[in-house]
Amino acid sequence: MSLEALLPLAILASSLVPGLLIVFLDDRHRRTRTWLNMIGATLKVLLVVGALVGVYHGIEYQAVIPMIPDYPLLLRLDPLALLFVSLSAALWLLTTVYAIAYLEGSPHRSRFFGFFSVCVSATVGIAMAGNLITLFFFYELLSLSTYPLVIHRETRKSLHAGRIYLAYVLSGSAVLLGAIVWLHSLAGPFEFAVSGGALDHVDPRHRPALLVIFLLMVGGFGVKAALVPMHHWLPIAMVAPAPVSALLHAVAVVKAGAFGIARTIYDVFGSELSHSLGGTWMLAIVAGVTIIYGSLRALQQDDLKRRLAYSTVSQLSYIILGLSLPGPLATIGALVHLVHQGIMKITLFFVAGNLAETLHLHKVSELDGVGWRMPWTMSAFTVAAFGMMSVPPLAGFISEWFLGLGALNAGAPWALGVLLVSSLLNAAYFLPVIYRAWFRSRGKPWHENLPRHRWETHTWLLIPPVITALLVIVLGLFANGLWSPLTWVRIIAEQEYPT
Amino acid sequence: MSAGVAPWLLAAPVALPLGAGLLMTLLTRGRSLLTLIAGTGVLIAVLLLLDVPAGTRLELAVGGWPAPLGIRWHLDLLATVFLISTAVIALAVALFAALHLSRSEPAIARHFWAPLLFVWAALNALFLSADVFNLYVTLELLTLAAVMLVTLENNQPALDGAMRYLLVALAGSTLYLLGVALFYHATGTLDLMLAAGAVPPAALALMTIGLMAKGALFPLHAWLPPAHAAAPAPGSALLSALVVKASFYILLRLWLESAPNHDAGRILLGLCGTGAVIWGSLLALTQARLKLVVAYSTVAQLGYLLLVFPLAQGAWTGPAFAGGVWLAVSHGLAKAAMFLSAGLVMYTLGHDRIAELRGLAQHAPLTLFTFGIAGVTLMGLPPSGGFVAKWLLLTAAFGSGQWPWALVLLGGGLLAAVYTFRIIGAGFSDGIIERKPPRGPQWIALVLAGLALLAGVAAELPLLQLQEAAP
Repeated sequence: MSLEALLPLAILASSLVPGLLIVFLDDRHRRTRTWLNMIGATLKVLLVVGALVGVYHGIEYQAVIPMIPDYPLLLRLDPLALLFVSLSAALWLLTTVYAIAYLEGSPHRSRFFGFFSVCVSATVGIAMAGNLITLFFFYELLSLSTYPLVIHRETRKSLHAGRIYLAYVLSGSAVLLGAIVWLHSLAGPFEFAVSGGALDHVDPRHRPALLVIFLLMVGGFGVKAALVPMHHWLPIAMVAPAPVSALLHAVAVVKAGAFGIARTIYDVFGSELSHSLGGTWMLAIVAGVTIIYGSLRALQQDDLKRRLAYSTVSQLSYIILGLSLPGPLATIGALVHLVHQGIMKITLFFVAGNLAETLHLHKVSELDGVGWRMPWTMSAFTVAAFGMMSVPPLAGFISEWFLGLGALNAGAPWALGVLLVSSLLNAAYFLPVIYRAWFRSRGKPWHENLPRHRWETHTWLLIPPVITALLVIVLGLFANGLWSPLTWVRIIAEQEYPT
Repeated sequence: MSAGVAPWLLAAPVALPLGAGLLMTLLTRGRSLLTLIAGTGVLIAVLLLLDVPAGTRLELAVGGWPAPLGIRWHLDLLATVFLISTAVIALAVALFAALHLSRSEPAIARHFWAPLLFVWAALNALFLSADVFNLYVTLELLTLAAVMLVTLENNQPALDGAMRYLLVALAGSTLYLLGVALFYHATGTLDLMLAAGAVPPAALALMTIGLMAKGALFPLHAWLPPAHAAAPAPGSALLSALVVKASFYILLRLWLESAPNHDAGRILLGLCGTGAVIWGSLLALTQARLKLVVAYSTVAQLGYLLLVFPLAQGAWTGPAFAGGVWLAVSHGLAKAAMFLSAGLVMYTLGHDRIAELRGLAQHAPLTLFTFGIAGVTLMGLPPSGGFVAKWLLLTAAFGSGQWPWALVLLGGGLLAAVYTFRIIGAGFSDGIIERKPPRGPQWIALVLAGLALLAGVAAELPLLQLQEAAP
């Protein structure tokens, strides 16, 4: 097997192998588990850096595993794949550090870390998928391997959340599978197109069927991307431990849905066909509604994690909105937001976890004065929240800028209006948190959950959010740098819209 | 392999278990050892069959009787696939029984080996038989051995279940035999291939109804759940994973090879399958006991197999045939794993009431995990063999423009998810369990479930060959 084929497999294996080993490890072997986790996570980051360099220099990495006649598992590292792979790999490393500290002493850690790693493998599998069957393959692996994490606490509430989660996600994938097979029955086997769509050879008389398939696929992926009215599972799934909410429900799982929609629009149908079929306008409207609805619901939540969850619902649709508008600027905005939103949202969830773990704070109304008790944590929160409000020069501003330009460019000023209203709403639900944390004081002593450390909380709980908050600043300030997501996304957009 | 040896190799998968089964009556100890030795021999023999060219025949004029009363065997790819998957499952079940049943229920274990071997021998003979009368004989042997498996527990539910099974199966045999007579009368031959295209509808209908009764195919399924749930776990595994597939196997040969032109009948079979998927799944959902859920899930899963018949048309025969066979194989592996796990749950908790499965996730995680990944195959989700099979069936459904069957396939998967996760969820509640399930048997079940899961990834070669070999 050539080196070009080995790299995608190695990227997959760097989390899958430790994951499967850990699942079968006895809970007592803390040291072995931690080593397996850290080696896997570090290795993945290194492999991804290697892949970035290689792909930048035009090397094509591709691995084919035979599965069904004509429909092999195909793993391919194209720029879009790498965008999502790098995001997952980097955040997995940070979340692993965080999770090791977060779950210290709690039961069933082997199960947790094992399935966590399997989830990450599924996510990078989705990212690297080179055809629809591979995408679906890992998409379902992700659905299933997330379930034990959602119900990890084994309470009645978490079991209920698990049921709701599965009901939504598995119904979505049944629709998706039907649509994918239907599409293949019209188009035969095909791979994702590097540029333009993969369906140019399909007879034009199938156009009505293609529109239906497009909507079914987008609908199927839309369940994980939490499009209204299929978003209900996401806030409920927040009963899962903080690292799960942070990595999976802010980044991996939900982004898998958005990523699936991106592949559908750009690399299956191709932007030209997608727009001429008319499905994208319907999608844009649903996304617009979701953006506003999610923000409005976030406003009403007192529980911090639920507020963040509705914020995720809203923010994800920024990506979907950008994807569904024609033109390279909207594409750039959507894809760069995929990365930026992930980093900002994971920061916020890390912080929510820290507050709960350190001081037993779960509600926004309890946060008075917490900024002075946990300054680093709340600074990270503040930076990420300002990013969410698209305050320049933070990362969130960059993505919103391109999304706004894209909306105008696509002749959809209403979309710009939606984005601006949502930014205001973001301010309305994040500013009170920041205000309470820094400008009000707490009358009574804190409910200290952890033994007092040198820092405001466990060191390993503190470092990840601080790093991601710094990233929010750096990615905004140096958005045009050679190694920034924005630069990378521009390469993708150029492929999609060759000038 | 030399041409002279090859035909005799066909005899090994039948002769070994049959001989060992007969020896059981003479032995007082070492029965499990003999079973394992014979079983390993069968596994080696059927793997060697991969080298034997398809179309090899073996004719034995037993007692001077030429065919049809003599034995006539025929090897093709379909037979090979079923022989190998049966050998893997049966050997795993035997190993499980040797490690676990002999310890937990020695009184039952003593009587387990002979029926196991007879079931195995009958199945192998059935897979190799090329004419409808030989098939009848093997079916009878299979039924009798299977009924013995049901009676092993020797309590009232077991005896009731066994009696019902026996009566339905005998009625089925009568109908089948009547069909065989009509078959012979109309075609002048008993050979499935030679009769191709000339089978009269009445014969086809009688044989099909008889087979449906024996194979618990909807609407003749009602005997299955009480019978399968009453057997000891390794027995249930054999019954649900292997025995019921015999009818499907004959139906495949009958409808695709001998009587390829009965569209209305095929749609009727598809409708029965749909009924099975819906009704079986709904009943699985409402059961209070684990083993009954698994048994009703068999009823539902057998329904998918019937969808092969309307789907196998024209250019789509290949994918539908390959998908159906692969579904049968994956289901066999997964279902055996599920029943063995259910047995371990029974052993650990002393019962299998779903409402009281608390603590399994903590104290028997491996067993619950096995149950879960076996469930993935039943749901038809990747990476399992069930997924690959469903993909092929869906391709045939959309390709041949028969999308309503696709809805059955997709919807049935969701129902399977509901009843599987109902059990997993029940195991994920806090609770203390004193007794731990033994390690070795847990791993055997896990390996079976793992094979069902892997059957989705390494399947290209067998699937290609199956598509080409489709009638």
